[in-house]
Amino acid sequence: MSTARRVVITGIGVVAPGSMGREGFWEMITAGRTATRRITFFDPSRFRSQVAAEVDFDGRKQGLTAHEVFRNDRFVQMAVVAADEAVADSGLALGSGALEAPDPDRVGVVLGSAVGATMRLENEYVAVSDAGTHWLVDPQYASRFLHHALVPSCGATELAVRFGAHGPATVVSTGCTSGIDAVGYGSQLIEDGDADVVLAGASDAPISPISMACFDTIRATTGNNDDPAHAARPFDARRDGFVMGEGSAVLVLEELEHARRRGADVYCEVSGYANRCNAHHMTGLRPDGVEMAEAIRLALDQGRIDADEVGYVNAHGSGTKQNDRHETAAVKLSLGPTAQQVSMSSIKSMIGHSLGAIGSIEIAATALAVQRGVVPPTANYEVPDPECDLDYVPNTAREQKVDVALSVGSGFGGFQSAIVLAHPTRRTP
Amino acid sequence: MTGLVVTGIGVVAPTGVGVEAHWSSLVRGEPAIRPIVGFDPAQYGVSLAGQVTGFVPTDHVDPRLMVQTDRWTWMSLAAATLAAQDAGYTAPEDAYATSVFLAAGSGGNEFSQHEIQGLWAKGPKSVGAYQSIAWFYAASTGQISIRDGYKGPSGVVVSEGAGGLDSIGWARRVVRRGTPAVLVGGTEAGVTPYALLCQATSGRLSTATAPEDAYKPFDRRASGHVVGEGGAILLVEEPGAARARGVERVWGEVAGHGATHDAHHHADAAPDARQYARAIQLSLADAGITPDDVDLVLADGAGVPELDALELEALQRVFGGRADPVPVTAPSSWTGRLMAGGSALNVATGLLAMRDGIVPGTAYLDDPVDAPGLDLVQHSRAQQVETVVVLARGFGGFNSSLVLRRPTEERTS
Repeated sequence: MSTARRVVITGIGVVAPGSMGREGFWEMITAGRTATRRITFFDPSRFRSQVAAEVDFDGRKQGLTAHEVFRNDRFVQMAVVAADEAVADSGLALGSGALEAPDPDRVGVVLGSAVGATMRLENEYVAVSDAGTHWLVDPQYASRFLHHALVPSCGATELAVRFGAHGPATVVSTGCTSGIDAVGYGSQLIEDGDADVVLAGASDAPISPISMACFDTIRATTGNNDDPAHAARPFDARRDGFVMGEGSAVLVLEELEHARRRGADVYCEVSGYANRCNAHHMTGLRPDGVEMAEAIRLALDQGRIDADEVGYVNAHGSGTKQNDRHETAAVKLSLGPTAQQVSMSSIKSMIGHSLGAIGSIEIAATALAVQRGVVPPTANYEVPDPECDLDYVPNTAREQKVDVALSVGSGFGGFQSAIVLAHPTRRTP
Repeated sequence: MTGLVVTGIGVVAPTGVGVEAHWSSLVRGEPAIRPIVGFDPAQYGVSLAGQVTGFVPTDHVDPRLMVQTDRWTWMSLAAATLAAQDAGYTAPEDAYATSVFLAAGSGGNEFSQHEIQGLWAKGPKSVGAYQSIAWFYAASTGQISIRDGYKGPSGVVVSEGAGGLDSIGWARRVVRRGTPAVLVGGTEAGVTPYALLCQATSGRLSTATAPEDAYKPFDRRASGHVVGEGGAILLVEEPGAARARGVERVWGEVAGHGATHDAHHHADAAPDARQYARAIQLSLADAGITPDDVDLVLADGAGVPELDALELEALQRVFGGRADPVPVTAPSSWTGRLMAGGSALNVATGLLAMRDGIVPGTAYLDDPVDAPGLDLVQHSRAQQVETVVVLARGFGGFNSSLVLRRPTEERTS
């Protein structure tokens, strides 16, 4: 397929807990430092899980105007800040009207989010219902921007307006795989010839009472409140649930020749993407990992990559009992003997699980790992679990040349997604 | 482009449950916009909506599933079943051969309001086990895939009112990459106190109390729109796969799609309609047709004078050079705007117009604005329809255009 359009990553922006920007994020996760702590956004004492990975984020300090902060939920604000960094990193003069800027009609936006403006919707509800007193909520106490909050598509609009992107724009909301799917869909826009440049990423800000309460009742989140810094323990035998996180990552996806013509620095190629459903249960996972394995195989096939070329698997690794077992099985099933040698790690051990956003943050980590030849570790890994018996890169980053890496995700609704990133110098067989 | 055929339609809408109920209501010209029932909306300055009054959820959804899901998902589950039945579709042996790729706009509104209410009134323990799966935008897609055993590449897109068309655009990418059948479209259920208040802050809702005054797209007295609930889910298939399973009736082809964004303002539409016109042009080019080939346009019909004027300007840019004015109708005027569900419902309506050679009129279009070069359809009329353009806009600047055609072998012109 000589006419196939290929997709590369030429810009990365990150807003993650415990750090500032892309480089702060990379320094933190390769140092194995954790950003999980007792919740400070509200008093968590009546909640079962009282730990989260919060971002010390102030939209104004990150360059947003007062109007932008006023009208946008935190998830949109974080997406804008991540996009600013990604676009600056790419060197593209998006939205500048400059001669060398890409054709605005050929620039798309695909933003993932699992729960959109949930924090703002809850805060505003407290006001209009007088803390749950009135079902017929009182419009006198309503913000003018509640419609913006109701429809998460306002996040894609905010990015399109900021960067003058007139191409296709959408929000992708497939729960906890939103961040992978957004990058996957963004790549498809370029492959199919509908855009040359796509801002693709995801953002979520779910550390609010309603989100914590709904995961409390199904015991999906950790109960390890006594030791917040070590509460997220993917693949460890003592893991007891995920730690809620928040944040955003936005990538600049670009058609390969478009990037080459302007001499852009390329992090890696997006070589394959696939998603499948387990059609099993909204929250439960069968231990065999068959559907995730299918997604991994298809994503590798799409990139014409053999399983034995994969050097790193950036795991979903949420730290729930069932997920880590499911995912270990899926990697064994799809990679075969390579699974025994591959480096596999979960950065959720350090920055928590930011629902839809995490998929894009993990793709950012994976792209940096490929570019820099360093694999971030799984922090808090001490006690092996016989059911999780792969190499999880315990606690210390590993220098390792990575030609091909996988990032995978699994989410409520039964969604399973996989994306393949390849080093720009990888030789196509 | 990848040709897709629509083989099944499932409607749950203010105009009726089931595709024929919806269509006969439209053809007879029975407005489904009425005073809001279920709660007193007086303080929101809005008194009318298009509610799905004829929908009995227990006729369509297992009671055990009902308690886990919002009304929005009940309507999606029902519409997905109706679409599969209409298509004579049963899950094939290869579970990966069917996808669910829906649009969502606002999630599980009533369910979530109830749970947040309980949380703040009584505390965290009052929040039930299903909030985590009932509210989020992927709930309907996930529940359909689980109930019906569909393991193909599923998705959820949110582009407000444009979502219903965009889900079909994305489904084409799914089919291109090898999955032969996709459920598309979506439903919405935002006629609830908090969601209605949220929608009212857009400033676009009509405050009129009489249905004939409230939602009048393209009328000189247009004063905003009325919200509604429901929508449609359709089954689209790769034509060869549909033939291979012996499909007898194809509703039509999805021949082209185009999507753009105004990228102008966080709420207001761009003042030049350039990107809206470009979305239409992209869809025509994608379908390989010219403006002269289009028999009917189903407009977005915002009912807000400035937005109506911009839509007419976009249409004039594309169709203004025709010798005969293109017919333009706005079927949402009968149901209210159903956000993501509305554009999906309009796809169903376009296919019905093609089947029966009937163009539904625009409700309460008594005194049309000037629209040189366009034929604003006031009343239902008989007319041969081979090619339809369905338009949709989403709050904030999303523009989407879909081209539907009678299947090639059946086309007369």
